[in-house]
Amino acid sequence: MNIYVCIKQVPDTETKIKLNGDNSGIDTTGIKWIVSPFDEFAIEEALRLREKNPGSTVTVLSAGPTRVVEAIRTALAMGADNGIHVETPETADSNYSAKALAGALKKEPKVDIVFTGKEAIDDGAAQGSQLIAEFAGLPYATVVLNAEYGASSVKCKREVEGGAFEMLEVQLPALIAAQKGMNEPRYASLPNIMKAKKKEVKVLKASDVGVADADQKIRFKNFQLPPPKQAGKKISGDPATQAKELARLLHEEAKVV
Amino acid sequence: MAKVFVIAEQRDGRLKKSTFELLGASAAAGNETHAILLGEGVAGLAAELAHYGANKVHVADHAGLKFYTADAYAQVILGVVKSSGAEIILAGHTPTGRDLMPKLAARLDAGLASDCTSLAFEGATVKVRRPVYSGKATAEVEFIGSGPKLVSMRSNALGVPKPDTSKTAEAVSVAVSLGDLKTKVTEVVKGASARPDVTEASIVVSGGRSLKTAENFKLLEDMADVVGAAVGASRAAVDAGYRPHRDQVGQTGKVVSPALYVACGISGAIQHLAGMRTSKVIVAINTDSEAPIFQVADYGVVGDLFQVVPALQGELSKMKDH
Repeated sequence: MNIYVCIKQVPDTETKIKLNGDNSGIDTTGIKWIVSPFDEFAIEEALRLREKNPGSTVTVLSAGPTRVVEAIRTALAMGADNGIHVETPETADSNYSAKALAGALKKEPKVDIVFTGKEAIDDGAAQGSQLIAEFAGLPYATVVLNAEYGASSVKCKREVEGGAFEMLEVQLPALIAAQKGMNEPRYASLPNIMKAKKKEVKVLKASDVGVADADQKIRFKNFQLPPPKQAGKKISGDPATQAKELARLLHEEAKVV
Repeated sequence: MAKVFVIAEQRDGRLKKSTFELLGASAAAGNETHAILLGEGVAGLAAELAHYGANKVHVADHAGLKFYTADAYAQVILGVVKSSGAEIILAGHTPTGRDLMPKLAARLDAGLASDCTSLAFEGATVKVRRPVYSGKATAEVEFIGSGPKLVSMRSNALGVPKPDTSKTAEAVSVAVSLGDLKTKVTEVVKGASARPDVTEASIVVSGGRSLKTAENFKLLEDMADVVGAAVGASRAAVDAGYRPHRDQVGQTGKVVSPALYVACGISGAIQHLAGMRTSKVIVAINTDSEAPIFQVADYGVVGDLFQVVPALQGELSKMKDH
């Protein structure tokens, strides 16, 4: 099988966000970059599928500036076979990036399945997976907790609201967007980290994959940090007094109960 | 004034609150507000959509639309919006809305601003803001190009308007012929809990690792049930196995925006705050007076949750009885 994983490099979850000088974006100085956490489940799922289907390859794709090659190397260190970096601008939106990744997929001789994380934790747009699938002409299942792979379709357990699940059958080739908990992602072993350095990472330019400026559909601007919250009310006393006062305030002042 | 299309969402014949929020906001701005209603045996819901602000309801009632699939729903919705010159298309950023909207945007060659928390109509366009970096910052979204503008809104961000039962809407039936479909829902497995989802509830009661065991979450569940709240959890509590991941609030879990968020025994790690800081009122109950959660709390109770929560439950029950 020809298995593909599209990943995104994002600031670490512990990053304190600061804005740049003109509020047109964030200050990326000193940021630690990681593979978006949901993408780790996608990589793991791809590796497990390869293990069940000997002779398969796992190719990892990422769009973005040069730094995203580090994220591809992380996936290679987990065990992926090779990588493709599509060079796109820092400010590319979901539509532009997805079109770039789909364009790279379409240049491949045969795509059997594509994995992604259900969303990236930077912009949290939750658009990339569906857009890649659409531009690559694939059906998709998102927020997938479990997948059973058949010869011509995948049976997906998809998480919806209120603890309910939809069992969705998707015809192959397809794109599957992983939810946390789909599997337990492996750590990269030291020998694999060494090996990853020698694996091939192909570089494609946006123009190679048919993406143009007009593919940018939205732009983020006027960034703001959340306004500092005014000091809240501290409620003192013994637990019974505290509970009584809190209930009163929630009812009379905040009017939320 | 704009021509606005709201994708009405229903599950098991019940319309979602998020749909009412969208209709209300569009109607209040004086827009020509259309609703698109899809499902099987759902035509009867059109009247309710009118009460919340729809001027016209496009009803696609078909056995093949009983369960949502992006494949089938997109075919029908695209037919409606393309033929009627939609300028703005709105949906809730719900499990269905977030799955569907990017597909519509791609097919319409249009931009989508997803998971927005503020929305203002300006002529034929919209001004929206959304959280980025899981709420550590917000940004305005500018649409580029001339196509329709697609927006998905976070639940509870707009508020549900009061329904006006005297309002009516023209209902038009949409002819449905579903072409080649590559996805199929074979079964919907209902959640075991009757409690609302953390992303939809008006009140969320969340617990952290201080709860110590999965069983102790019963304390929070009992209080939640008094006020119809959802029960959430911090990543630490989920990682410890006290709650399933679907209940996790935070950057790698759900992002919630309820009217009231009660954090019990949660210290307030930056990745948790990212998931709940847009809540309108935040209560923190924690033994550690230095816990970062108190910096975002409107009401802080320094105390033992094992004592405060049952007492609070008692007070809330009393209030309900009156």
